[in-house]
Amino acid sequence: MGKRVLAVDDSKTMRNMISFTLNGAGYNVTEANDGQEALTIAGKEDFDLIITDVNMPNMDGITLLKNLRQNSKFSSTPILILTTEGGSDKKQEGKAAGATGWIVKPFDPDKLLQVVGKVCH
Amino acid sequence: MADIEQLKATFFEECDERLAELETELSRISEEGPDNEGLNAIFRTAHSIKAGAAAFKYKDLVEFSHEFEAVLDLLRSNTINADQDMMKLLFEASDVLASLVEAARDGTDFDEQSVNNVLVQLRAVLQGSSSSPPAESTTQDASPENDEPDDASESIYSIQFKPKPELLKYANDPIFIIKELKTLGDLDVQIDISGLPDLEEFDPECCYWSWNLTLSSENKKSDINEVFEFVIDDCELDIQVQKSENQIDEASQVQDQVVVEKEKQPSTSTAKSQAQKKSGKKETKNSPAANKIKSIRVDLQRIDKLVNMVGEIVITQSMLAQMIQQNTDGFNSEVMRGLEDLALHTRELQESVMAVRMQPVGSLFARMPRVVRDLTRRLEKDIQLVMRGEDTEIDKTVIEEVSDPINHLLRNAIDHGIEMPDKRVAAGKSKQGTIELAAEHRGSSIVISIKDDGGGINGEKVLQKAIERGVVEPNAQLTPFEIDNLIFSPGFSTAGQVTDISGRGVGLDVVKKNIENLGGRVSVSSNFGAGTTFTLLLPLTLAVLDGMIVNVGHEKYIIPLTSIVESFRPVKDEIHKLPDDRNVVSIRGEYFSLVYLGHVFDVPNAINDPKKGLVILVETDSMGKIGLVVDDIEGQQQVVIKSLEENYDPVPGISAATILGDGKVALILDIDNLHHSQRSPSHMMNIETSNIPCDVNSTLQAAKLNYSEQTNRITEDAR
Repeated sequence: MGKRVLAVDDSKTMRNMISFTLNGAGYNVTEANDGQEALTIAGKEDFDLIITDVNMPNMDGITLLKNLRQNSKFSSTPILILTTEGGSDKKQEGKAAGATGWIVKPFDPDKLLQVVGKVCH
Repeated sequence: MADIEQLKATFFEECDERLAELETELSRISEEGPDNEGLNAIFRTAHSIKAGAAAFKYKDLVEFSHEFEAVLDLLRSNTINADQDMMKLLFEASDVLASLVEAARDGTDFDEQSVNNVLVQLRAVLQGSSSSPPAESTTQDASPENDEPDDASESIYSIQFKPKPELLKYANDPIFIIKELKTLGDLDVQIDISGLPDLEEFDPECCYWSWNLTLSSENKKSDINEVFEFVIDDCELDIQVQKSENQIDEASQVQDQVVVEKEKQPSTSTAKSQAQKKSGKKETKNSPAANKIKSIRVDLQRIDKLVNMVGEIVITQSMLAQMIQQNTDGFNSEVMRGLEDLALHTRELQESVMAVRMQPVGSLFARMPRVVRDLTRRLEKDIQLVMRGEDTEIDKTVIEEVSDPINHLLRNAIDHGIEMPDKRVAAGKSKQGTIELAAEHRGSSIVISIKDDGGGINGEKVLQKAIERGVVEPNAQLTPFEIDNLIFSPGFSTAGQVTDISGRGVGLDVVKKNIENLGGRVSVSSNFGAGTTFTLLLPLTLAVLDGMIVNVGHEKYIIPLTSIVESFRPVKDEIHKLPDDRNVVSIRGEYFSLVYLGHVFDVPNAINDPKKGLVILVETDSMGKIGLVVDDIEGQQQVVIKSLEENYDPVPGISAATILGDGKVALILDIDNLHHSQRSPSHMMNIETSNIPCDVNSTLQAAKLNYSEQTNRITEDAR
């Protein structure tokens, strides 16, 4: 069974993009709408990688990150944040909150696979 | 498995949802004032559209949404204020965004001028606030350094990589970094384990090693930097470029070391994932989206096909029923009961399928507050919009088609209906005008009304103008209602001057035409000084029609039920002959001209004497009520509309066809155009003596023959 990935984004397009790309590469992707939902799912299941958008309703990605890092189950799981901000604000904020790395939107499938490969083999 | 096209489809569906959200939030904010949540939500819409657009490389859409997003970002960080001008710009930007999405979806062109116009304004806002970064590509990254070789030849990089102990903390792993480096070229790895503490002090979650790496690669230094992107703050990194291609000899047995390093590496993430594998939990693929409305999107064509098929089933079912009714002997009661069930289920099936096409008019109404607000401000009037019946459901096609007419009527009400505040006060009204937009069901129709408490229609002025333009005869006797409805005549505009708000060179006659094309009707009633109400009567659906089947000779025709006022059999005294030989029927003191269907369609053996047949009084748009003379009424039935225009040119007087229970084709009458053919004096009938027209203009007769030939052919062909 492929590595399990939780993709969190309020944009269905983004979620589908991630699923499509990663499923095609042998990963096993579960989708969540926002941080709140991701947290609920993460409470019940295990993941080898979590990819989350930053700006989402209900619970944003940074809060999700902090919450996940407090959970021993995910304290050392690779977590990537999706960010469009080319400037380093969000990256640093994400990093400080416990992100492993980031994927800059927009990305194409190759880029996604490349970055995912950096943190999850 | 999804492919790219499906992903695109998802993207555009999402765009539609986002755009609707954007619109709603903007409206709310402009009414209630901006708040963080709202601004954030708006920001997200532009943000997601941009991200998706970029993924699919819709350049124009990306460019625009990027600027839009940048402005929204300033707004939500309170760098700039959401004042009235800004709100206006946001609304415009939202429109442009929608148009770009549409252009991207359909592969069509967009209005470059309006896009650029808004783009310029957005950029002006961005430049105006100094703190904003210039909006350019977002993909560029932090630290491109200049001391890199600019040719593509191979370079030797000497890399010192000394992780801080906490590098491992958030699942970054030197192994992955080194593996990544290996993809860039030949890599020699030397590990320095001098930092390794005694076992008692060893913390498996800390990184104690450092590496000396030599990479020979064609890649630029920035590419190498990128490999260390995530850990740049968690390590000491030194990358030196050596242009020469020697010095590789010093690294020799490194390969072994890598392997050793690999095994010793306390890779917490790997350990974790193994632990997870053991736990063997099942995972569910579906994410619980409990708070979302569960819905799927289906191509309209598929639904149309479904509707069509159900229509066929309805016909087949009624054919069966009819066959069995005519021949009851051969069937037992069980079969009959089964048939009754079939009829019931067919009906339910039909209703369910029809319901699929239904949408609440709320989606249409939602766009209107903004129209009112924009115009009100521009005209410096004071108007509130009240909406009722947003939940009323109507066929999606009808919603789309009726959007422009409603918009037009609303603009009309704002521009011409509601007076300026001072004028209202002088007339003893409240300063604020009210426009009510309401929808409700009435039988198998939906009624949408636009009611204002403005100045109303000046009947005298309208009549005068109508006479000037030759729309009515100078001595015509018209009821106030009829006078008001003259404003729907082509080229009729009572406003002193055409404004750019409701004028637009398009008159109410176009509104009327659009509504009629939908099988609906529009009327206006007004109380001079007190207000005006426009009423749209629309069919619930364009797929079926409630009709009255009438017999004319051996033919059957369908008259749309919505047009029928009443039916009766006149007596001799009620039929009068006009000087121009037309016949009229009088009922309760009113006179209506008579139209002989048998004659219009040249049906042999039709009853052409209303006293023996029936007169069906129908409401037309152009000339009020007229009486159709038919043999008799067969019954009321919901019929499935089958378009004729795929096979025939438009036939005057016929709007479509349907198939009856006995499998025969019946034509559905287009009452209004039927009437037009009757305005000619050709229709002269001496009912006392003959049912053949006695005085007929020969050319018109020829035309009519042609016409009936055509309709006969339709019925023949259809069989």
